[in-house]
Amino acid sequence: MGLKGEAAIVGIAELPAQRARSTPPAFTLDQYAKLAAVVTADAGLDPRAVTGLVTHGVRESAMFAPATLAEYLGLPLDFGERVDLGGATAAGMVWRAAAAVELGICDAVLAVVPGSSVLPASERAPARGPGWYGASSGDFGSPQAEFEIPYGNVGQNAPYAQIANRYAAEFGYDPVATAKIAVDQRTNAGAHPGAIFHDMPLTVEDVLASPVIADPIRKLDIVMPVQGGAAVLVAGKRLAAKARHRPVWITGFGEHIAFKTPTYAEDLVHTPIARAADTAFGMAGVSREDVDVASIYDCYTITVLMSLEDAGFCRKGTGMRWVREHDLTFRGDFPLNTAGGQLSFGQAGMAGGMHHVVDGARQLMGRAQQAQVERCDTAFVTGNGGIMSEQVALLLQGG
Amino acid sequence: MGETGTAAGSTVSKPLPEPTPVSRPFWDALSEHRILVQYSPSLGGYVFYPRTLAPGTLADDLEWRQISGRGTLYTYTVAERPTAPPWADAVPQFPAVVQWDEGPRVSTELVGVTRSGITVGMRVVPVFDTDEATGTTLLRYRPEEAR
Repeated sequence: MGLKGEAAIVGIAELPAQRARSTPPAFTLDQYAKLAAVVTADAGLDPRAVTGLVTHGVRESAMFAPATLAEYLGLPLDFGERVDLGGATAAGMVWRAAAAVELGICDAVLAVVPGSSVLPASERAPARGPGWYGASSGDFGSPQAEFEIPYGNVGQNAPYAQIANRYAAEFGYDPVATAKIAVDQRTNAGAHPGAIFHDMPLTVEDVLASPVIADPIRKLDIVMPVQGGAAVLVAGKRLAAKARHRPVWITGFGEHIAFKTPTYAEDLVHTPIARAADTAFGMAGVSREDVDVASIYDCYTITVLMSLEDAGFCRKGTGMRWVREHDLTFRGDFPLNTAGGQLSFGQAGMAGGMHHVVDGARQLMGRAQQAQVERCDTAFVTGNGGIMSEQVALLLQGG
Repeated sequence: MGETGTAAGSTVSKPLPEPTPVSRPFWDALSEHRILVQYSPSLGGYVFYPRTLAPGTLADDLEWRQISGRGTLYTYTVAERPTAPPWADAVPQFPAVVQWDEGPRVSTELVGVTRSGITVGMRVVPVFDTDEATGTTLLRYRPEEAR
């Protein structure tokens, strides 16, 4: 069962993170078009080779996203899919694209995620109301509407803090360790010009002095929302040989979807990435020690810590100590989120998950410039959707 | 939708649950200060939140049973920033997850607590909080040893 490693990421695109757009607002349709153009140009391939597309959805059209994009981009598709896995969407897109290529359905598949939420506005058709409830649905009949939202159990900060507090009760909690994750990633952002915090070094003291948002999570433990967008192009062997960069073969994946609301998790401190990572490593036939660079989904520092444990890089419950004992910068013994991660590169909405795919692929292509990890052949990438409720692991290998 | 007992100045009313045909027995019981939870004989366990079929087995054997509602605090947080605009005047919030003695977990809010008086694993007891405007009763929790 699994991939044969015959599909590769051959192009990457990541727009620089911006707090406020410096360019005019663009519809998501136009963002798709721009990112598709940039990523095919990056690969050095003719867009007309693309016959597959995975999307998260088009803001301007509630339904028929692949057809809407096939028409707009002028790329008739033999494979179209909409992936709905929150922060795991991008990683989920990549393995679906690889599967489509390996099955021979298409030669090249676009996986594009617009990340700018500032869209053109119309007085006649005003934008939707505020999304107060985050991932929770307030619609009649939704379990969240009935059993979560009335108690204020909404958004992301408080649920992640509940996970952190449960972790603390079982294994202890070291705020210096979680702060160090943010600090090491900030160091990496300092070597990546596109990062929102490129020129702003950070110390553990800064993190610990930042205000508590939801105990024990502090402001600097939390991702920074930005405008942006990211994309990859996945292609088979024939096109990979013609493409401009070192192909990044997708050799293993795993996906596990366990619940929607953490209240109903079977065990809140053992996250779905454990099962997904075991599947991915088994499929790729590589071990944890083979990993040269890790791109771990980082909506919060606690997410990174628990993912490192559950993906098997350290024993469960020892992550706090492990993080303090390892250098997570691009120069270190365990390079992690080498472009700053979403904590320091910025989270461009749904494109935040694609940041991790692009970061891993960029390293394997040898294009990370000042942040380049030497002899980088194997990347481990995770995506995390919802409140650690749906997770995807990828193994990418250069060659 | 209606106001719970919010402080003056709140501009957005707090959302209240709207019972469905499936969940109605749960909310009706709460308004009588009783807790009714579904039980699946074939599963051999209690189920929460209310459903039409048992999770996992999809067996059509769910029946309502009354429980005491006593349990332990599985986890919580102290939200110093409002989790959404309706709670702008209600910080700190104490969103929590309680594990009933019968097994299932339930989302709730802690009341009658201080920031430092909360411990994961502590015994908690139900507080039936009725919204006077609508008659809807929410299930909140307080530490067992509190008065």
